[in-house]
Amino acid sequence: MNQAIKITNLSHSFGKRNVLRKLSFSVEKGDFFIIIGPNGSGKTTLMKLMARILKLRKGQIEILGLSNRSYAPKALARAVAFVPQRLPIDLPFTVGETVLLGRTPYQGALGIEGEKDLEIAKQAMQFTEVDHLTGATLGQLSGGEQQRVFIARAICQQPEIMLLDEPTASLDLAHQVKVMDLMEKLKVEKAITVIMVSHDVNLAAMYSDQVLLLKNGEIVCIGSPSDVLSFRKLEETYGCKLLVDESPHGGFPRVTLVPGRYMESDE
Amino acid sequence: MTATPPRIVTRLIWASCVLLVVLLAAVFSGISAGSSGGGMFSVLQVILGKSDPDSMLHAIIWQIRLPRALLAALVGATLSLGGLVFQALLRNLLAEPYILGISGGSAIGAIAGILLGLSRFPGVSLTAFLGSMATLALILVMTSGRSVMKKESLLLSGVMVNAFCSSVIMFLISITQDAKLHNIIFWLMGDLSTADIRQVGILAGMLFPCFVIIFWHSHAMNLLLMGKEMAQATGINIKVVTITLLVTSSFMVSATVSHCGLIGFVGLVMPHLLRLIFGPDHRVLVPACILGGGSYLVICDLLARTLPQQGEMPAGVITAIIGAPLFIILLKKPGR
Repeated sequence: MNQAIKITNLSHSFGKRNVLRKLSFSVEKGDFFIIIGPNGSGKTTLMKLMARILKLRKGQIEILGLSNRSYAPKALARAVAFVPQRLPIDLPFTVGETVLLGRTPYQGALGIEGEKDLEIAKQAMQFTEVDHLTGATLGQLSGGEQQRVFIARAICQQPEIMLLDEPTASLDLAHQVKVMDLMEKLKVEKAITVIMVSHDVNLAAMYSDQVLLLKNGEIVCIGSPSDVLSFRKLEETYGCKLLVDESPHGGFPRVTLVPGRYMESDE
Repeated sequence: MTATPPRIVTRLIWASCVLLVVLLAAVFSGISAGSSGGGMFSVLQVILGKSDPDSMLHAIIWQIRLPRALLAALVGATLSLGGLVFQALLRNLLAEPYILGISGGSAIGAIAGILLGLSRFPGVSLTAFLGSMATLALILVMTSGRSVMKKESLLLSGVMVNAFCSSVIMFLISITQDAKLHNIIFWLMGDLSTADIRQVGILAGMLFPCFVIIFWHSHAMNLLLMGKEMAQATGINIKVVTITLLVTSSFMVSATVSHCGLIGFVGLVMPHLLRLIFGPDHRVLVPACILGGGSYLVICDLLARTLPQQGEMPAGVITAIIGAPLFIILLKKPGR
């Protein structure tokens, strides 16, 4: 059993709108798996179904070989951690207290923390380099720091699978690289399967082992970055002119937008 | 963690001890003061059983002042705890049973029960509970979807629910030709004077299990501050927790409303004050609201009894005079 997540015939709809149609794919353990696709392609819905925030209606989701319905809430939280797109930055707790909340699945109802919980929280904060901010409140931090606090909180759940919904969306370039490097480190050092939704095809090209390209709730393509991020598939999916060549770093594709003013002369 | 906050258990015990002393002091001063006099020392003698059991003061203290102080403590505890729960569930610091209209709903239920000639317990308590559940459902429907987070939409719905409730109450009062009319109006404004020790005992029996249930969910309330999705992904069964907390707090609020009418803003003032002192952790705030909220209403009632030259006024007048300005300040505050 080498699959972290296996999805079979997954469909989902909001009212009459079909958001996902009969998806089937699986994510190998230890992979860095990135889901891309245009707005409204169903990426976030897929993410929330995997995190069981949305209730599964049609199809099957297996997490580490077991149906996701069979997990008790805390057991699921020990297997899968989730970092949403919009972080609750108005949380009144300090960074240390926020990170410690990630220990909930291992604690009793009142969440009384032991020495071990404190130690794990400390290590998680060191891992994401926010340990110097322990006593600060979230409102005092930059966007990148806030993101890393919530990643540390998720690490505290000691999950086998980490789900992140566009963690780089509102970050500047330096913080984007930092968060992506962190995810890579998570994969390499902690052997955690990282599944991420992203809008940035170049980040997907640079970091992922597998890319899933979604459009209108259907799989366009799944595979290695160089297979999926081809000029033809991307142009078809996103419906705009693109330039795809090889990155100067070598080994993965580089996608460049083409401004409208070059369209005429191109053909 | 270098700047580790004190362990939660120590904080919990520390806060509880301090507030317990405050509560005892408040109850004691509540018992000591009154129109029929009695200095602190003679009151102490009565409490310790060292005075003549047939004396006037003995009867006044055991039959009038003590039940009243205990009722005030129970009601204050319930209302501020109710405020705390609604603030966590709706992620809105302005949420409070009275402002949301939950109290108004139970008042309608209670008046209907009184007019139907039901006994105070269990009849009126039950109709009050039904009234509060009905308004709760109404509020949840009106604020369903994303707009729950917005404090303005929640407030507007509360204002409308309250306006609706008061007109229904007025309607009910106007169609009654009852000598008890004065009583109803006085009761509506928050009246603690009708306490007898047996009723206080029954009320305590209904409220204590609620306190325990809510304390049991206090860590879940911490997680709820992260939003439902994240709380869910951290291993909390959101549906179960939300329903348990909503029903429990509505039940205890309606139980107090059916006993002593509408006392507003306690659930706004106390959680706010206690958050400033003890921080945002609900595991500390729940017991703090029970003990602190109890003390607060005992003191408000003491003021209501002693401030007027003649007679007394409802405790709800005092809580509103203190609470309403704070509400406006919180509303003006930027951000949350």
